[in-house]
Amino acid sequence: MPGAAANFDLAAARATIAAQKKRDLAFAALGLGALSVCFATFVALFVDMVIDGSGRLSSDFFSNFASRRPEQAGILAAWVGTLVVMVVTAAVAVPVGVASGIYLEEYAPRNKLTALIEININNLAGVPSIVYGLLALGMFVHTFGLGASVLTAGLTLGLLILPIVIVSTREAIRAVPGMIREAAYALGATRWQMVRHHVLPYSMPGILTGVIIGLSRAIGETAPIVTIGAVTFIAFLPPAPVTAAAPFVSFEWLMSPFTAMPIQIFNWTSRPETAFQQNASAAALVLVVMTLAMNALAIWLRFRLRRNLKW
Amino acid sequence: MRQSLPFVLALATLGLAACGQQGSQPAAPGAPAAQPEAGGVVQIDGSSTVYPITEAVAEEFQIQNQGKVKVTVGVSGTGGGFKKFCRGELDIANASRPIQRAEMDACAAAGIKYFELPIAYDALTVVVNPANPVESISVEDLKKMWQPEAQGTITRWNQVNPAFPDAELKLYGAGSDSGTFDYFTEAVVGKAKSSRGDYTASEDDNVLVQGISSDVNAIGYFGFAYYYENRDKLKSLAIQRSADSAPVKPTPETVIDGTYMPLARPMFVYVSEKAWQRPEIKQFMAFYLDNAAALAREVEYVPLPDAAYVTIRGHLDAGKMGTVFKGEPATAITIEDLLAREAAL
Repeated sequence: MPGAAANFDLAAARATIAAQKKRDLAFAALGLGALSVCFATFVALFVDMVIDGSGRLSSDFFSNFASRRPEQAGILAAWVGTLVVMVVTAAVAVPVGVASGIYLEEYAPRNKLTALIEININNLAGVPSIVYGLLALGMFVHTFGLGASVLTAGLTLGLLILPIVIVSTREAIRAVPGMIREAAYALGATRWQMVRHHVLPYSMPGILTGVIIGLSRAIGETAPIVTIGAVTFIAFLPPAPVTAAAPFVSFEWLMSPFTAMPIQIFNWTSRPETAFQQNASAAALVLVVMTLAMNALAIWLRFRLRRNLKW
Repeated sequence: MRQSLPFVLALATLGLAACGQQGSQPAAPGAPAAQPEAGGVVQIDGSSTVYPITEAVAEEFQIQNQGKVKVTVGVSGTGGGFKKFCRGELDIANASRPIQRAEMDACAAAGIKYFELPIAYDALTVVVNPANPVESISVEDLKKMWQPEAQGTITRWNQVNPAFPDAELKLYGAGSDSGTFDYFTEAVVGKAKSSRGDYTASEDDNVLVQGISSDVNAIGYFGFAYYYENRDKLKSLAIQRSADSAPVKPTPETVIDGTYMPLARPMFVYVSEKAWQRPEIKQFMAFYLDNAAALAREVEYVPLPDAAYVTIRGHLDAGKMGTVFKGEPATAITIEDLLAREAAL
């Protein structure tokens, strides 16, 4: 095509390339700007919180109950409450969510009913948390008579994060190549053997990430646990799960009343004394660190598990 | 075999969940009612305004008791507290206003009888910026300022009273869900919940404190404790009840002698009659009435006179049940009046 070569205007092409490169740069700058806004906001809030709250952080702050005297007040009931509620939340959401995800991906027939269920699960992820609280108040607290207990809170938050766990489980399973399944079947594996030996281990990093993201959301939720009737002042801990007498394990702690970090923080911010505002900042700092630690755990687990994958 | 570690973890979680469900089942039926008998728990919920006093009492009580009797205090608001109280889920309800007719009916329907105990007073404080020249305000002027008809028309200070500065009027007040809002509107406008809507409303009084302390033309109202903690940034106004009375500043003395009217409001705890039969509730309430004065003062509320606590104790022992307000709101009532009235369920 000699004509095309003769018509080729080198200068014009260079100008176009230069213009496109400028646009590329402009978009990169825009993206960086957007990221900086997010990051600067987080840093500003975090630094403000550290400045206000770090003075209050001491071992007493973690081992004291709430008090009317701000300098003696601590977060013992709150952090223990948050921790035990998270354990129940995970115990509810992980088995149910992962099993649902596996069923929907590997077993469920492709029909209208499955499609309807899928749409509903995706919609559930967007339902405001207070709605879960109201549901739990009617169902767990009143109908089942579980009261404003650790168990009720765990079940409620478990339901809240269930869609997140299911969706991330499905995403992770979908990322496992189809030929792995076929190879397993070719060797005579049943569907369950295929899932158990191949799909589940390979998708575990993704599933764990989803679980931790779900738990990170649950740990900061205030509305649903206030709705079910979590208390604000409580100067005792749930009973220990391990007892000295047979049968050595006790599940009384599940029925114990509790408070949680977000409730404690909210209560302190609404008090008139400025010293309580510092307590609130310190408690918020602890909550942020708890969330970051959970995320760090997710990253570490994902790294470790990925390393073991040999395809 | 390392790949199976996560699977084992997942199984363990499953197992734990199963155990959890199993273990909880025997305790489940009627758990909220069964708890107090088992562990000796005193369950309290209700008003956020009364919360600081009850929290202080609960804290001291548990220290003195070495944790033998456990106390939990929730913050569901006065209305939320009564809802639970009349379902029999609480031993004691904190309330920043008397029980209302609908709540009395709910309690009656559920067969819940109760004692109504005033435990302290709060002075609703009208505050302005320290740079504002106004020193006192009459209830009539407050009504002009806050009644629903003022919405959109009363926008300058001198429209309320020609003696006030010619400046824009910026209003800050309690959110419509709070007992403070109910009481202020009842006392000033004459009808509970009747207020103009074009003002900065917040359930968090610290937001109001910030707004008023940074705006010369602002006026607002909230509980005395929030004024007192921020008295270097705010100025409280003296309240003139009627044309022929002198303006009165909010102080513990003026609240108790009945001159800071109508903005001095009583705060209550309601004790369920059924709970009162239990020794730990008797113990807790005795401790409450013995220490209410000192602890109320510590959290910036106005304690009742010592004699009043003795009278209240007498009412409890004599079994004087019910409310003295018959479902009506409490405004401008002195403690002597309140205690002398007949109670009815």
